[in-house]
Amino acid sequence: MKSVSVEEAVEIIPDGATLMIGGFMGVGTPERLIDELVHQGKRNLTVIANDTAVPRQGIGKLVDAGLVSRTIASHIGLNPETQRQMIAGKMAVDLVPQGTLIERIRAGGFGLGGVLTPTGVGTVVEEGKQKIDVNGKTYLLETALRAEFALIAAFLADYSGNLSYALTARNFNPVIAMAADTTIVTAEHIVPVGLIAPDHVVTPAPLVHYLVTNG
Amino acid sequence: MKAMDAQSIIAKRIAQELRSGMLVNLGIGIPTMVANYVPSEIKIFFQSENGLIGTGPIPEEGMGHRLLTDAGGRPVTALPGACTFDSAMSFGLIRGGHVDITVLGALQVDAHGLLANWMIPGKMVPGMGGAMDLVTGAKRVIVAMQHTAKGKPKIVNKCTLPLTSVRPVDLVVSELAVIGFPEGRATLLERGPGVPVEQVIAGTEAKLALPDQIPEMQL
Repeated sequence: MKSVSVEEAVEIIPDGATLMIGGFMGVGTPERLIDELVHQGKRNLTVIANDTAVPRQGIGKLVDAGLVSRTIASHIGLNPETQRQMIAGKMAVDLVPQGTLIERIRAGGFGLGGVLTPTGVGTVVEEGKQKIDVNGKTYLLETALRAEFALIAAFLADYSGNLSYALTARNFNPVIAMAADTTIVTAEHIVPVGLIAPDHVVTPAPLVHYLVTNG
Repeated sequence: MKAMDAQSIIAKRIAQELRSGMLVNLGIGIPTMVANYVPSEIKIFFQSENGLIGTGPIPEEGMGHRLLTDAGGRPVTALPGACTFDSAMSFGLIRGGHVDITVLGALQVDAHGLLANWMIPGKMVPGMGGAMDLVTGAKRVIVAMQHTAKGKPKIVNKCTLPLTSVRPVDLVVSELAVIGFPEGRATLLERGPGVPVEQVIAGTEAKLALPDQIPEMQL
């Protein structure tokens, strides 16, 4: 684990990168990394996340700045700007059931090729997908997702990179921490090693490549 | 009895389906109102799919926390005994059949109980969020909706909008009726307060099975 400034962290990310970003309607999203992505004007990004929040908040800021060319998400209904860019053909949007999205990411991080889920069978979601019967029940084969970068918002990070989360800000964060080549973390509090008890560490330090220092 | 508005009738009737100890997921809109009508002696575990069991009411002014929200991103409270978890766990609970009841809204429900509630092609494409997993995985699916939309029936012969799941819902509660689907057939189980059977039939496109006794909702 290396500690870096927010500017240094974002300099690592090239234009055209695929990013998994934590957060659920902006709660648990690393806002400082988002602001710096906008500041450095990283373009043509692919974003994999639960949703695109709302304009001027969280991932919505990347959308507002026109930096996202493709989104894989479960819900964009509360961000009219995402819908506008999708309809205008400026952004490709793949909509995925939320439970399927998180399992595809989990599979990507856990060394699996995909998962079998009953969700989406007999709906438009099954189009183009392999159907597999197991013990008399039909499932869709949903393939694994990975990204070049995971952008994580933790509540506590210790000096070694162990992470814990708070309340409903956990959501996608610990799952995406497993599924990217490079993991970049912001934390509300950076604390001495040992302050997060071993039983309370959710994301183990070896998964964290860069910890953004707190100003 | 003082006349109740449609949304309150629906929420109050659905609240009667809840039992102590159940794990229950409420969708946005009328479903959220169900929690307001649960008697205090009945203890429900309410789940928010963004990662919380033990969701409580909206906090008092100044008592909210920006990292404690419901699935719509609004501030909530957490009741004693609440717990939080990540989205894989949250949807494991949902898809894995651990949620006893899910209450959701609907655009259409058909004569066999199939539900369409997530998009109107060419008009509204918000994404399905957690709806497909909830309808596919919950032990019991209850639809909370006004009986008609702009005078047009929402309980139709066959859904014309994209389906949410091939798993039929268990119960539809509107301000006019409680409708179940025994043997896969839409059946009028209860009438709304002061509502004659003819009014329910007139507002419903699907043909309803009519049992001998169709009591009025007891609210």
